[in-house]
Amino acid sequence: MSKPRDKQLTTDQVVAQLEDGMTIGIGGWGPRRKPMALVRAILRSDLKDLTIVSWGGADVGLLARAGKIRKLVYAFVSLDSVPLEPNFQRARQDGTIAEIVELDEGMFQTGLYAAAQRLPFLPVRAGLGSDVLVNNPQIRTVTSPYAHADGDFEELVAVPALDLDVALVHLNRADVHGNAAYLGPDPYFDDLFCMAADRAFVSCEQIVDTAGLTVDSPVQRLLVSRMMVAGVVETPNGAHFTTCTPDYERDESFQKAYAAAAGGPDAEWAAFEQRFLSGDEAAYQEAVRAFHQEAARA
Amino acid sequence: MPDVTRAEVCAAAIADAFKDDGEIFASPMGMLPMLGVRLAKLTSNPDLVISDGESLFLAGVPPLFATGDVVEGWIPFRKVFDVIGYGRRHVMMGASQVDRHGNQNISAIGDFDRPTRQLLGSRGAPGNTVNNRTSYWVPKHSSRVFVERVDVVTGVGPKRAKEAGPAASRYNDIHRIVTNLAVLDVAGPDDTVRLLSVHPGVSAEQVQEATAFELALPDGGVSVTREPSDSELVIIRELLDPKTLRDREVRPAEVKP
Repeated sequence: MSKPRDKQLTTDQVVAQLEDGMTIGIGGWGPRRKPMALVRAILRSDLKDLTIVSWGGADVGLLARAGKIRKLVYAFVSLDSVPLEPNFQRARQDGTIAEIVELDEGMFQTGLYAAAQRLPFLPVRAGLGSDVLVNNPQIRTVTSPYAHADGDFEELVAVPALDLDVALVHLNRADVHGNAAYLGPDPYFDDLFCMAADRAFVSCEQIVDTAGLTVDSPVQRLLVSRMMVAGVVETPNGAHFTTCTPDYERDESFQKAYAAAAGGPDAEWAAFEQRFLSGDEAAYQEAVRAFHQEAARA
Repeated sequence: MPDVTRAEVCAAAIADAFKDDGEIFASPMGMLPMLGVRLAKLTSNPDLVISDGESLFLAGVPPLFATGDVVEGWIPFRKVFDVIGYGRRHVMMGASQVDRHGNQNISAIGDFDRPTRQLLGSRGAPGNTVNNRTSYWVPKHSSRVFVERVDVVTGVGPKRAKEAGPAASRYNDIHRIVTNLAVLDVAGPDDTVRLLSVHPGVSAEQVQEATAFELALPDGGVSVTREPSDSELVIIRELLDPKTLRDREVRPAEVKP
């Protein structure tokens, strides 16, 4: 029997397929189910001048602090329990990101949806009257060809498609072909990111057989189809320190340490980088284990 | 009942902002708004649809930050945007700045291109304010928050919405601004912020002093925000917030001497 092809890769093999200047969409939401192992692999690479499109969390903070971002498209950047992301704040206040596109959340979703549907734009109300349109003069409005009941031809925001070169997403389970399921409470927008991109890479907690994907989980949780996916990576704890419910919740104590280092003097950040981000993914996970052992002893 | 605290007055004022909403999705951002919305659901408006702030509609009314209640629906982030467009929603957001015309800023302080302080970003404020009823909660009323002009317009006030055309103003509905000192709306002359009531123990002069623009006043004069009833106090103190988390957001200034 013929089978679809095996798309397993390592995080470094995924990053080897990326190029300077690419537009990369990062799935998840703020501090939730982020493909952090892939983000960390980008941090280890020489990649530069990236356009990052993200519901921003520490993914944006880390890439900004490492000087990887030339252009950022976002509606917010937040760690939730730490409302303001210190590395993102620093980048904005120091002006180190050359191009900034701050959108409304609904506009952001609409832009992804337009790209996923291969449309140049989609109309929404969101943005009208706000400074999103002032600070982004490239975003135009469009007049409805249909009259409203009161006779007005409404002028709406024409949200341009957020076309991506690459999408990076992290789900709980996947098979080697790229079918992937989320097991937590929220799909976020990972399927839209994959469909908005020329190539999508899925990292996951565990690779299982195809049949295993629906053994203990309803079929509705199969969010991503292999037809959307170019490569699959198994990265246990790969969303750390963001949530990956039900496999694990957010690592709040580590996030606190991250935020303190990011918001502290340069030497403190350098020490954090040296301790956690100077080695490969295995070294990172080992350093996180040591961090918690140390905290438990204290 | 022991003396009513300022936080409890605020909770009742927030609850009152949701009492006439009918069967819509009440979206509180932050602790006091969550307390006020749940108080409304247990008193004035049992039809409110509430969530756990994450992805579930809750059938019951659990205490602040409790989990494990009966679920009546699924509201992941993508469906929140669907409901915003649908319009059956009342969101109470925070505000780092609010100006004379009821525009809100949660994006950045200073020049947008090079802010002196980067905040959250626009989040859903632009879309909320042109699609569904929107209120604001300000736990520290001061002239740093209530400014002549916001640095970045994220939430759109009625005047800006009208200037942007009928598509922007059709569903623009800035309902209430509840602060630790007062209750306001945006129905002053030329769509300006208007002082409706001051909390017990606060004077209108104090509120004006803590505001960097001149507040409009209602024709009948400024009233005093009502105190919560005894049964509301029992619900707040025994049921919704037994750990008194509310006092962390608004310091317990005694209303009665």
